[in-house]
Amino acid sequence: MRHTSAGQSRSNYGALCGLLLGALALLVVAPAVLSDFRLSLLGRFVCYAIVAVGIGLAWGRGGMLTLGQGVFFGLGGYVMAFHLKLADAGPSGVPDFMLLYGSGHLPFWWEPFRSPVVTLLGVILIPSLVAFGLGIAIFRRRVRGAYFAILSQALAAAFTILLIGQQVTLGGFNGLNGFRSFFGFNLYDPVNKRMLFYIAAVILLITLAVVWQLYRSRYGELLIAVRDQEERVRFLGYDPANIKLVAYVLAAAMAGIAGALFVPIVGIISPANVGVVPSIAFLIGVAIGGRATLFGPVLGAIAVAWAQTALSESFPSFWSYFQGALFVLVIAFLPAGLSSVSLLRGSWQRRQRFGTRAGRMAAPQADAAPSLPSESGLSGISAGSETGQ
Amino acid sequence: MSMRRTRKRLLSAVAVVMVAGLVSAGCGSRVGASGPGSSSGSSCVDTSGNSIKIGFLNSLSGTMAISEKTVHDSLMLAAEQINSSGGVLGKQLQVVSEDGASEPTTFAEKAGKLISSDCVAAVFGGWTSASRKAMLPVFEGANSLLFYPVQYEGLEASPNIFYTGATTNQQIIPALDYLKQKGVKSLFLVGSDYVFPRTANKEIKAYANANGIEIKGEEYAPLGYTDFSTIVNKVKAAGAGAVFNTLNGDSNVAFFKEYRNAGLSPATMPVVSVSIAEEEIGGIGLDNVVGQLTAWNYYQTIDSPKNAAFVQAFKAKYGQRRVTSDPMEAAYASLFLWKAMAEKAKSFKTDDIRKAADGVSYDAPEGTVTVNGENHHIAKTALIGKVGPDALIHAEWSSGAPIQPDPFLRTYNWARGLTG
Repeated sequence: MRHTSAGQSRSNYGALCGLLLGALALLVVAPAVLSDFRLSLLGRFVCYAIVAVGIGLAWGRGGMLTLGQGVFFGLGGYVMAFHLKLADAGPSGVPDFMLLYGSGHLPFWWEPFRSPVVTLLGVILIPSLVAFGLGIAIFRRRVRGAYFAILSQALAAAFTILLIGQQVTLGGFNGLNGFRSFFGFNLYDPVNKRMLFYIAAVILLITLAVVWQLYRSRYGELLIAVRDQEERVRFLGYDPANIKLVAYVLAAAMAGIAGALFVPIVGIISPANVGVVPSIAFLIGVAIGGRATLFGPVLGAIAVAWAQTALSESFPSFWSYFQGALFVLVIAFLPAGLSSVSLLRGSWQRRQRFGTRAGRMAAPQADAAPSLPSESGLSGISAGSETGQ
Repeated sequence: MSMRRTRKRLLSAVAVVMVAGLVSAGCGSRVGASGPGSSSGSSCVDTSGNSIKIGFLNSLSGTMAISEKTVHDSLMLAAEQINSSGGVLGKQLQVVSEDGASEPTTFAEKAGKLISSDCVAAVFGGWTSASRKAMLPVFEGANSLLFYPVQYEGLEASPNIFYTGATTNQQIIPALDYLKQKGVKSLFLVGSDYVFPRTANKEIKAYANANGIEIKGEEYAPLGYTDFSTIVNKVKAAGAGAVFNTLNGDSNVAFFKEYRNAGLSPATMPVVSVSIAEEEIGGIGLDNVVGQLTAWNYYQTIDSPKNAAFVQAFKAKYGQRRVTSDPMEAAYASLFLWKAMAEKAKSFKTDDIRKAADGVSYDAPEGTVTVNGENHHIAKTALIGKVGPDALIHAEWSSGAPIQPDPFLRTYNWARGLTG
C-alpha cells in the first residue's frame, strides 16, 4: 500500500465530511423540505441503503456476490412483523389473519416474539446465525464466484416458496400487514412516522461508521486481499473462510435490521419483498453507486429507488423502459458505478500527464484497492440488470 | 496535529446533528391516546375549484398488467362519460393515474402518494388480494376511500373500502348451488397457491360437507406455474363430477391445454372457473375452453340496453376487437356509484360519503346494484355462464335477483366456525 499517513488522514477526513454531510442531509434538510409522505418514502429508501452498505462490504470489499440478501432482509422483517402483529392482538391474543384463514391457534414459535427484547435481539441474531451457519458450510468448502452467487439466489427463491406455502402461519402470498402500533406508539400518527424515519437514518449513519472503521482496519485490508487473491492469503497463514464469514454475517445483520425497520415504515412484509427480484434490486443500487466505495452503495441504492418512484409517477405506463436504459448506460459507461466518475477523471488526467501506454496501465493498478475488485464481479452486474425490474 | 483536531471536531459534529435530529423529532401519540383514522383525518382534498381529483391505481407494468390495464381503460371511459354529462356535483373529474407495478408495496406507496400529494377525493383500483391488503392501512390511516373492483375471498369489511366485485356468497356459493342442482356428487379442487383459492376451497369444503358432495382431491400450484401434467393426471384418476378451478392468470392456459390433451371434456367432467373472463379466453385458446363453465356477475352478452350502450361505448373508444369483462364492468360501476354517493351526500368528504352510502343504487350494465352501508359491499346478481363458440360467455343460469353481500358468511349455517 502506498498510502502515507498523511494520505490516510486525508481519506479519513473525507469520510468524516461525508458522514457529516449525510447526517445534515438526512436529519436536518430532508425533514425540513419533505412532506410526511415523501419523508416516509425516503425512510424506505434508507432501509434499502442499509442493506446496500452490507452488500458493499460483502461484495465490494469481500468479492462475495450475494444475490440473496432478501433472505436476511425478510428474516429481520418477519421477526419484527411477528411482534407487531402480536402487540396489536393484545396480551395472549392471536393475530387477525390466523383467526380468518386458520384454526385460530398460535404456533409455538410465534410465542417468544411477544417480548420486545426477544424481538430486537431476534432481528439481529436470527439473520446473523443463519448467515453464520450458511457461511461456515459455504466458505469452508471453498465455494466462491458464480457458484456462491447461484447458491445465494437459489436460497432467496426457496425462501419465498416456503413463505407462500404458509398461508395460515406466515400470511402466505399476502404476507403480514395492517400493523397499528410500533412498541406502543400509534403508527397512524404522522409524528411517530417521522420518528421512524429518524431512527432509520441514524441507524444508516451508524452502519456507515462501523463499515468505515472496518475498512480502515487491518481486517479491512485482509478482506480486500482475500477478494483479490484468496490463495495467497491462505499461504500467508490466514484462513480466508473466517475473514469472509465475518463480512457475510455483518452484511446479513445489516439486512435484518433494515428489514425490521422496513416493516413499520412501509406497513407490509410479503414474499414479494424478499425474493429473487428484490434481492437483485438491492444489488443493482450497489453496482450503480460503486460497490467498493464507502458511500457509493448508499447513494446508488437511494438513487435507484428514487428514480424508480419519480419515473413511475411521471410516466406511469412506460417508466420501466427509462429504468432499463439507465442501467444499460451506467453499465456500459461506468462499470465501476457512479462514484467512479471522479476516478475516470483522475485516470484521464494521469494519462494526460504521462502520455504513455505504460502510465495508463499503471494508473488503475494503483487505484485498484479502494475502487475496483479485479474478479468476475462485472459479469454479475450485467446479469442483474437483465433479470431486474 | 491539526488534522486530528479537525477530525475530532467533525466526529462530534456528526454526533450533535444525530442527537439534535432525534430530539427535535419528539414522540407522537401512544396507542389508545387516539383511535386509528382520527389522528390524521385532516384531508387536503381541494373542493374549491371547478374540478375534483380522483386517483386510478392499477398495475400498468408487471405480471398483472394484462388484466389491470383493461380495468384502467374501463375507468377512463367512465370518467370521460361522467365529465361529458356535467361531472360530479358540478365539478369535472381530474384523473391522476398511478402504476401499481403488480407489487403490493408499490400499491401502498402510490396510494399514499395519491392521498397525500395529489389530494384525491377517492382512489379506484387494485386487483390482487395482496395489493388490497397492502393498501388497506394506508386508506384507514388517512381516512380516505378506495373502490376495489374485483371478486375476492371475502372476510373483510373496511370502513374505508367499497368492494364492488363479488364476495364469495355472490360467486362461489351460487356456483356450488348450480352444480348441486345439476346433480354433481363429487368435486376436485384446483387452485393457485395464495389466499383467494385457499379461502375459497375452505368454504367449498364446508359447503360440500353440509350438502353431501364428496371432495375427491385438492391441488395447489404456485402462481405462474405452467406444468400441469401431474395435476391433470390426478384429476383424471379421481374421476370427480366436476372440477372447481381457482387458478389465476397464466396457469389457466397450461391447465386447460393439458386438460384437453388428457382427453377430458366439458361433457365428461366440466370445469367451473372463477377467474376466467372474456378477456382471458383468447389467451387460453378457444378450443381449450369452449363449453366450460364460469361464475361471474357480468358477461358481455347480457341483453339489456344499458349493457349494449356500455359495450358499444367501450368498443368505440378502444377498438372493435376489445371485449368487456366482469372486473371491468365492476370498475365502471364503481365510479358511478361513488358519483351517486357524493351527490346524495352533497359532499366529497369520506365521512359524509360513508354516511350516505347505504342504499345507493346504480343501474349498471350487469343490472341494478345496491350498496350495503354496513359492510360496504354491493348486492349483485350471480350468473353461471358457458364459454360459447363465439369466444364470449353466455349465461346459463341466474340467481334471478341480486344477492345481498355477506362477506363473513354469517347467514349460512354450514359456514359457522369457518371464519373465527
